Amino acid sequence: MPPRRPRTALALGAAVLALAALAPVLTSFQLALLTQALILGILAMSLDLVLGYLGLASLGHASYLGLGAYAVGVLSTRHGAGFWTTLVVGIVLAAAVAAVFGLVALRATGVYFLMITLALGMVVWGLANRWVSLTSGDNGISGVPRPELGLPWPMATGLPFFYLILVAFALAFVFLRLVVNSPFGHTLVGIRESESRMRTLGYHVWLHKYIAFVIAGAVGGFAGVLWASYNGFVSPADTELTTSVKILLMVALGGRGTLVGPAIGALAIVLLENLVSVYTHRWLLILGSVYIATIVYAPEGIVGAVRNWTKGDRAWARG
Amino acid sequence: MGKRLIVALLAVVVVVAAVGVPPAPAQKGPIKIGFLAPMTGGAAQIGKDMTNGLSMWLDENKWTIAGRKVELIVEDTQGQPNIALTKLQKLVESDRVHVLAGGLFAHVGYALAPKVDQLRVPMLYPVMAADDLTQRKPVKWVVRNGWTSSQPNHPFGEYVAKTLGYKKVVTIAIDYAFGWEQVGGFQKTFEENGGQVVQKLWAPLNTTDFAPYLSQIRRDADAVFALMVSISALRFPKQYEQAGLKGKLPLLGGGTTFDEFVLPSLGDEAIGGVSALIYSAALDTPANKRFVTEYRKKYTKVPSYYSETCYTTGRWLNEAVKAVNGDVENREKFLEALRKVEIPDAPRGPVKLDSHGNPVQNIYIRKVEKKDGELWNTVIQTYPNVSQFYKYKPEEFLKQPVYDRNFPACKFC
Repeated sequence: MPPRRPRTALALGAAVLALAALAPVLTSFQLALLTQALILGILAMSLDLVLGYLGLASLGHASYLGLGAYAVGVLSTRHGAGFWTTLVVGIVLAAAVAAVFGLVALRATGVYFLMITLALGMVVWGLANRWVSLTSGDNGISGVPRPELGLPWPMATGLPFFYLILVAFALAFVFLRLVVNSPFGHTLVGIRESESRMRTLGYHVWLHKYIAFVIAGAVGGFAGVLWASYNGFVSPADTELTTSVKILLMVALGGRGTLVGPAIGALAIVLLENLVSVYTHRWLLILGSVYIATIVYAPEGIVGAVRNWTKGDRAWARG
Repeated sequence: MGKRLIVALLAVVVVVAAVGVPPAPAQKGPIKIGFLAPMTGGAAQIGKDMTNGLSMWLDENKWTIAGRKVELIVEDTQGQPNIALTKLQKLVESDRVHVLAGGLFAHVGYALAPKVDQLRVPMLYPVMAADDLTQRKPVKWVVRNGWTSSQPNHPFGEYVAKTLGYKKVVTIAIDYAFGWEQVGGFQKTFEENGGQVVQKLWAPLNTTDFAPYLSQIRRDADAVFALMVSISALRFPKQYEQAGLKGKLPLLGGGTTFDEFVLPSLGDEAIGGVSALIYSAALDTPANKRFVTEYRKKYTKVPSYYSETCYTTGRWLNEAVKAVNGDVENREKFLEALRKVEIPDAPRGPVKLDSHGNPVQNIYIRKVEKKDGELWNTVIQTYPNVSQFYKYKPEEFLKQPVYDRNFPACKFC
C-alpha cells in the first residue's frame, strides 16, 4: 500500500507553477505540445485508477476520450451548445457508457478483462465509423470551437487555452488523488493485492471495482471534452485501438499506481513522438527501444525508477 | 525526502531541454517548403512515393527556385488527421515554412483545410482529393493541384455504360469520403447512361480481409467496381480471384485500385482490370517517358500518380515563385500566383485550374496488361481536359449535395 506522501502535492504544485511561468516564453507549437501532453496526461491518470490501483489492464480506454470528444463535436457544431453544456454531457455520457461497459467487463480479470475491454472499445470505434449521420464517419467533425468562458482572454490563442488546460489538469489530479488516498482508494489497492482476502474482510469487491471503473470513464470523458476543443476536430481515430494502446503505454512508461507517473509518461510520449520524428522517420524504432528499456530496466516506470534510485535501492540495477 | 519534488523538477527539466530555444524568425534565407506525408503506418509506401516525387524535381533543379535556395521539411502524418494537424502547426509556427504541400486521405484534407485558412499559409494539395474543397466549401489558402475524387469517374461511368456495355454493376469501396465520392461520381454518369448500380458495399479504411464482403457480391451482376486504397489495394485483387469471381465478373476500379504503387506487388490476378485516373505510367508522351525513365533510374521503381503529382508540385511551386520574383514572403501575392499556374506539359498531360480552383486535365481509361514481365496500365481511351464538373454546368452540378454513402441513393438495390 502506498504510504501517504503529503509532499507530493507540494511538488506537483511547484511543477504546475513552473509550467505556468515557463509558458509565456515558449513558441506556440511548443505550447501546443504541452497542452496536448496535459490533456493526454488527464486521460492516462484516469486509466491509472483502473490499471495501477485496481490492477486491471483496459484496452478500451480511448472510448471515453472519443465519447467526450464526440459529445463536444456533435453538440457544439450542430446544436450550438456552449462549453459548460458540452462539458457536462461529455462527462455524463462517458460515465454512463462506462457504467454499462463495467457491467460486462468486470465479470472478468486479467487477460479476459483485456479482451472484453478491447471488444467494447471496438464497438465504440465501429459506431464512430459507421453511424455516419451522427459522427460524419471517417471524415470526422471539424470546426469544433474553443470554449467561450466569458473571460477577457480569447481561448482561440495558445496561451490562455494552455492555462485553462493546466487548471483542468490540476483539478483532475487533485480529484483523482483524493480518490486514491481515501479509504475507498486504499480498498482498491487491497483488491489489487488480494481479492479474496478483501472479500473475506467483508468488502463489496465488485462494487468497488465498478465505481472505480465508472470514475475512470468519467475523467476520461473530461479529457475527451478538452481534446476536442484543443484539436477543433473529432474523428474515429480518437477512439481507435492504437490510441488505447498509447494510453496504456503512457501509464506503463511513467509508472502505474503513482498517478503522477502516467502524466509524466504522457508528456514523454508526446515529446518523443513529435520531436524525435523531426530528426528521423525511424522514430518508431526509438520509441520501441524506449518501451523495451522501460520494461527491462525500469518495470515500475520512470517514477518507480526515480524513486528506487533516490532510495539508493538496488532495484535500479537489478536489470 | 523530497523524492517527488525531484520527479517534478525532472519533468520540468525534460520539458525545457526538449523545447529548447525558440527559433529566430526567418530572414530572407531559403524558401522553406513544409511537406506532409504518411511515413509510418499502413500508407507509408505512398508517403515515400510522394516525397520521392518532390525530391526528384528539387534534385533536378539543384534545390534552387528563382535564385533562392530551397529547404524541404518533411513531417510524418501517420495518415491520421489529428497528427497531421499537429504537424501542420509545427511546420508553420516552429519551422516558419513559406508554403505547405502534400497530405494523404480525403478526411485528412477536410481536417487540415480550416487550419490552413486560420494559419494563412498557402498549401498545395497534390493528392488529397476531397470533392467539396473546390466545390461547396472552397478554402482560400488551399490550392489543389491534384484532382477531385469523382473527377475521373464521371467519364468512367459513361465509358462503362456505353463502351463496355455493362448494365448491372456492384460497387465495393473503402468507407470514407474518397470512397463515397468515387462511387458517387461513377454511379451518377453510369446510371444517366442507362446502367444500374445494384449493390453498394463499404469496407473500413485499411481493411485487408475482404472475405465477408466478397461473399455478399451479387452474382447476377455484369461487373464489379472496386475502389481500394493503399494497403487494401494490395490484398483485394488476389482475394477477388480466390473467391472465384475473377473469371465471372470483370473487375473495374477507381484509379487507386490498380495504381502503379500497387501493380509491382500484384500478380496476374490484376490483369484485365480497367480503371480511370489522371495519370498512367504507361502514357506514351515524351514528357512522361522521360519522367518514368529518370524516376526508375533514381528510385528503382515505377512512379505512381502520387509520385507524378508531387513531382509536378515542384514545378508548380517553381512557376509561382518565379511569377512573384522570389518574394514568397508576400503570402497573398504568392497565393494568387499559385492559383494562376498553368503547366502545358506535365508528365500526366496539360494541367490548369478551373474557376473553382481544381485542375482541368486529361482522364485516362486504363487496362492492366503485362509487358516484358511487368504490369502496366495501358491507356485505352483518353478524355481530354476534363473538369471536376465534367459535362455539367458548375451551378447546376453544385445544386446536388456532395457525394456520400447515401447519395446518389441506390435505386436498383
